[in-house]
Amino acid sequence: MAEKTKLARQAMCDRLAMEFQDEWIVNLGVGMPTLCSNYIDPKKNLIFHSENGVIGYGPLAKPGEIDTYLVNAGGQNVTAMPGLAIVHHADSFALIRKGMVDVTVMGAYEVAENGDFANWRIPARKGGGIGGAMDLAACAKRVFIALEHTTREGHPRLLKRCSLPITAPGVVKLVATDLGLFEITPQGFMLREYAPGWTPEEIQELTEAKLTIASDVREFRFR
Amino acid sequence: MKNKIYSTFDAAVADVPDGSVFMSPGFGGVGLPRNLLAALHRQGAKGLTGISNNAGAYVDPKTPPHEAKVDVGTLVAAGQVKKMICAFTAPTHPSQVSAFVRMYNNGEVDAELVPQGTMAERIRAAASGIGAFYTPASVGTELAEGKEHREIEGRTYVLEYPLHADYALIRAWKADTLGNLQFRLAQRNFNPIMAMAARITIVEVENDIVEPGALDPDAIHVPGVYVDRLVRIPPPPEGIWD
Repeated sequence: MAEKTKLARQAMCDRLAMEFQDEWIVNLGVGMPTLCSNYIDPKKNLIFHSENGVIGYGPLAKPGEIDTYLVNAGGQNVTAMPGLAIVHHADSFALIRKGMVDVTVMGAYEVAENGDFANWRIPARKGGGIGGAMDLAACAKRVFIALEHTTREGHPRLLKRCSLPITAPGVVKLVATDLGLFEITPQGFMLREYAPGWTPEEIQELTEAKLTIASDVREFRFR
Repeated sequence: MKNKIYSTFDAAVADVPDGSVFMSPGFGGVGLPRNLLAALHRQGAKGLTGISNNAGAYVDPKTPPHEAKVDVGTLVAAGQVKKMICAFTAPTHPSQVSAFVRMYNNGEVDAELVPQGTMAERIRAAASGIGAFYTPASVGTELAEGKEHREIEGRTYVLEYPLHADYALIRAWKADTLGNLQFRLAQRNFNPIMAMAARITIVEVENDIVEPGALDPDAIHVPGVYVDRLVRIPPPPEGIWD
């Protein structure tokens, strides 16, 4: 029996980034999703869009390349790619609402089998942090989610229905956790790939929603 | 011609009365009108309503006071703000509780939480004489509850109204004496729409304010007709340069 391994956050984001297609406009949420930009397939021409109106930025700026006027959604200094375009905030979200963003990758507290997800508010605490998440979730062509498979206390995050206030209903297409890659289908979560050493049955035990298993289910692949 | 040039930030915000609504741009620490916010802080107006993407960055308590950057949170912490309209009322990381979040949790400041794109479009609506608009963002969530919904061509939208302001505090890269403005890279963010939405627009400018005709007419992001007051940012330490 192979040793059980959980995916690191970078690997979860690499796996989602593998699904990006040539010429896609890609929007990466603050935090873990920005790791997707480290996975660059030179055969694909991707256009990275940031909600502050930056269209066509490149990798994070290294010391010596920093232009303090150029930041991504997380306020990190990024580099300009040739052809960079800048618009103001209203036009940046106009582009989002028109549906031009091919994929947005976000973190979440919970995802449900009906494609709902929650990432902006914990009712036990006052207030919430929405940023651009609701606009992006409602309007991007695809929503991909990267999250740990369970909470720190071991509770499942892949649920039948979200228990927290949702960010948008029925929009999630693909989910990467540290245990598996899941497509959301009309039948709910379909396990497509699993972390090394894990069986679909073991992953089901840590999942509230009923999983369907892809006929070609396999260990995570990264190329 | 009306002189729009003010020699100090203090003079440019001197008349802001208690109870005013102000807009403050900036995103990811870029394009914030830190000099004008500092002046409004010194001026001391109270009961303000602020419209800004966030209500001030988290400042590590170990930061020496003179190194803490001025932002909207400076006015909030000073008790000058009664309400914030913003896209974040909880910390993005639970350990990083800003002055605003602490005061909001204690009921010392009110807030309206708005999705960022809806906020931008509400500002643009105010800037462009639009009475209201329908957006798909927030449909099916708690934030759409109680709002008018409408199905248009098979899709559900919620009705959102403009965000007006008495004052916009703006940070620009270049300006001429008429108030024509240019921004550089991600500094642009909320600056143009806020500059165009407010009743009185006050701008801090990073470069020498030039004569009319010196800026390329095709490269102007905000026409001067929207701009009322201009202040050239002095060199540090007098001016705040981020």
